[in-house]
Amino acid sequence: MLTWRRLHVKVRAAHAPLTSRLVTRQHAWTHGHLTSCLKLSTSTALRKDFFKDVETTFVEMKKKAADALPSSNWSPFYINPNLPPERADIVIVGGGVMGWSIAYWLKKMENSRNGMRVVVVEKDPVYTQASTVLSAGGIRQQFSLPENILLSLASADFLRNVNEHLNVYNEDPVDLQFNQSGYLFLANEKVAHIMEENYHIQSQFGAQVSLLSPTQLQERFPWINTDGVALASYGLENEGWFDPWSLLNGFKRKAISLGVIPCTGKVTDFDYTVTLAHMYDQDVMVRRVKSVKVQMPNSPEYQPVECAIVINAAGAFSAKVTEMLRVGSGDKYSIDGIPFPVEPRKRYIYVFNCPDGPGLDTPFLIDYSGVYFRREGLGGNYIGGASPDEENEPDAGNLDVDHDFFVEKVWPELAHRVPSFEKLKVTSSWAGFYDYNTLDQNAIIGVHPLINNMYCATGFSGHGLQHSPGVGRALAELILKGGFETLDLSVFGLDRIMKQEPVLERNIL
Amino acid sequence: MRLHDVCPSRPAVEPVMSAHFMAGQPWRFYRTLHRCGKHSAPLWAPARLWSSSSESPPLHTRALLFLTQRFYDVELLMGLNSELKRRTVQWKNSYNSYARQRLGMNIALAHFVLRLKGGFRYVGQDDWFRVDKRGKFSWDFLNHKNTPIEEVDLSHSLINFTGLQSLEGQQSLRTLSLRGCSQVDDWFLARLHIFQNSLEELNISDCPQITVGGLAALRNLRGLRYLDISSLPRISSPGLVVILLEEMLPQCHIVATGYDLSMFQDTVEDEKEIKEQGKTDNRTPGMQ
Repeated sequence: MLTWRRLHVKVRAAHAPLTSRLVTRQHAWTHGHLTSCLKLSTSTALRKDFFKDVETTFVEMKKKAADALPSSNWSPFYINPNLPPERADIVIVGGGVMGWSIAYWLKKMENSRNGMRVVVVEKDPVYTQASTVLSAGGIRQQFSLPENILLSLASADFLRNVNEHLNVYNEDPVDLQFNQSGYLFLANEKVAHIMEENYHIQSQFGAQVSLLSPTQLQERFPWINTDGVALASYGLENEGWFDPWSLLNGFKRKAISLGVIPCTGKVTDFDYTVTLAHMYDQDVMVRRVKSVKVQMPNSPEYQPVECAIVINAAGAFSAKVTEMLRVGSGDKYSIDGIPFPVEPRKRYIYVFNCPDGPGLDTPFLIDYSGVYFRREGLGGNYIGGASPDEENEPDAGNLDVDHDFFVEKVWPELAHRVPSFEKLKVTSSWAGFYDYNTLDQNAIIGVHPLINNMYCATGFSGHGLQHSPGVGRALAELILKGGFETLDLSVFGLDRIMKQEPVLERNIL
Repeated sequence: MRLHDVCPSRPAVEPVMSAHFMAGQPWRFYRTLHRCGKHSAPLWAPARLWSSSSESPPLHTRALLFLTQRFYDVELLMGLNSELKRRTVQWKNSYNSYARQRLGMNIALAHFVLRLKGGFRYVGQDDWFRVDKRGKFSWDFLNHKNTPIEEVDLSHSLINFTGLQSLEGQQSLRTLSLRGCSQVDDWFLARLHIFQNSLEELNISDCPQITVGGLAALRNLRGLRYLDISSLPRISSPGLVVILLEEMLPQCHIVATGYDLSMFQDTVEDEKEIKEQGKTDNRTPGMQ
């Protein structure tokens, strides 16, 4: 204490002449030399200010010194806290339900805690254009490919036990608002035999589906007009619709609690190496991603993330991701010239009200004309739509809704199938993107042959939401265990795209 | 009380721990317990913090402080508890394929029902087989190997979706009572289509997990004559739901008690409020 006081005195003694001289020079014009000098030496207020300043300077210096120690993370530059880490093991491009599902399963299957660093990059944190939240939210088992049926069954099993999987301690349970209503497919004479074949495949793989004749159909659903219907297939179990947002949020919350790093930003470029390899009887350039360039939203700032594996789960925009690696830009007749066959396709969903419409037993009805509808809530509201013809695909640049499409294409078919819908009233509508696989409208799951370390989970053509739990698990197995274990999805591999051999599904909506 | 309230200084990453536990890796928790146990203080230790003051704080403060210091232990115990409950439910609902193959479908179902502390009745018999208060039952049901079961009462039992597998194949099951079953959910109701032609009476009252989405699945039960949906806590507009159900199942008698079905309840209250406001408004000018 004594030394401290002495120090104070010394400082005062040393500084006093200096400051006084300085101030004197400044004020020499207005005040006399003597007065200003007196003011300085005697005024207590000024002296107090001075010591206060010294003390705060000391505190700041001490803080700065502590910050500069090697153990602290201080840096002379401002660092955006939202930047992704510089290095990661796996970068998932696309934070929709598929991306978060993969992230969740990767973290669930890892051997040790924080064994790998997984980053999910999503460009739009409020999901204005994401297919996940703009979908109708249905799940069905009525497919023709065994893999699709098994994927749906696995996903239904996941949704049934969703709170065992996605339960976060001390948080509310996930409420999917699942509606247990079956899908009802109607077939005319031309496609009835396909429906029957599909029915046999479905029952063989454990799906609970029943076939209905037009009379049985009329008896079960008296509000349906059975004109032109030759056969109907109706799902009894594991089918219905749910809230996509709850599932997405559930996956996200759980994955973050397991240590996945979420990042808002846009993947704009890749740093990659190219080697020459021989495959499919030709010499091709094989890329390997070294780092992913993530651009921050509304700023020129970006961060290259070095990574071992990239997962392309960008949905409708996944072709843009591969374009950044110049895939598909090569010679037209070589493998390198095959573009990634996924493109966004705009689909409209209309909400309409009809008080006289079908009630609680309304199925998710899919007519052979391509028109579909389902119930929404209990107040006589329905949502429906149709897929446009291949020639009349709307421009996928925006999400504007074409209301003429409803009046011309959807409404006549709806009113024909359900006569009470003649009096419906459209209350709302929206549009969303399909991640449309132009080759065969089926999922693309697996390693890209031309990009060594890029795994794809895209091209679901409208089934992404319902297959997300199953696909997430399969892809995590493929990455961590080296192969599919619970469900063999090698049919959906990218080999078929390189060879241009489509795997067709006959129940596409 | 939520645990976070007790322990504000807890790092944000820690929910992960429980997540691992839920993912079926409880050994990580034992490690945590071990670590915590080394540094944990006995109950009297917090009192020392106030040793400078003459009196010790009240008991509940000390107890809370104690629990705060043993945060991971408490979390572990709670996690273990819920895991144990889940395993019990799983075990009780497990499918006994051995009994089904050796003794037949009916005996297997009878044993399954009695193990869940329920009751059942064979076709053509009047008396029920039930468990006594201590959960014990007589093995007389083994004598009726070829008699199908007509009525099953599983009220207040732990049956869930998995347990429904044991009931599969019962073509003559007419009555099923699931009153107050905590594990019966919408997926359970959707699976009831396996009795779509035989089931006539169904009681799902007081089941806490059932929502409207599951009731829509009852459309497959076309032989249903009696349905009890009283006191389902997760149904928001019961009046409308009952009307829609009656429309969906025209031959079925639907019982729905325990709901407040008065449509104008809110409006009456509003009117009262308006009247009261009017009265006060009238008074104020008089007072001035």
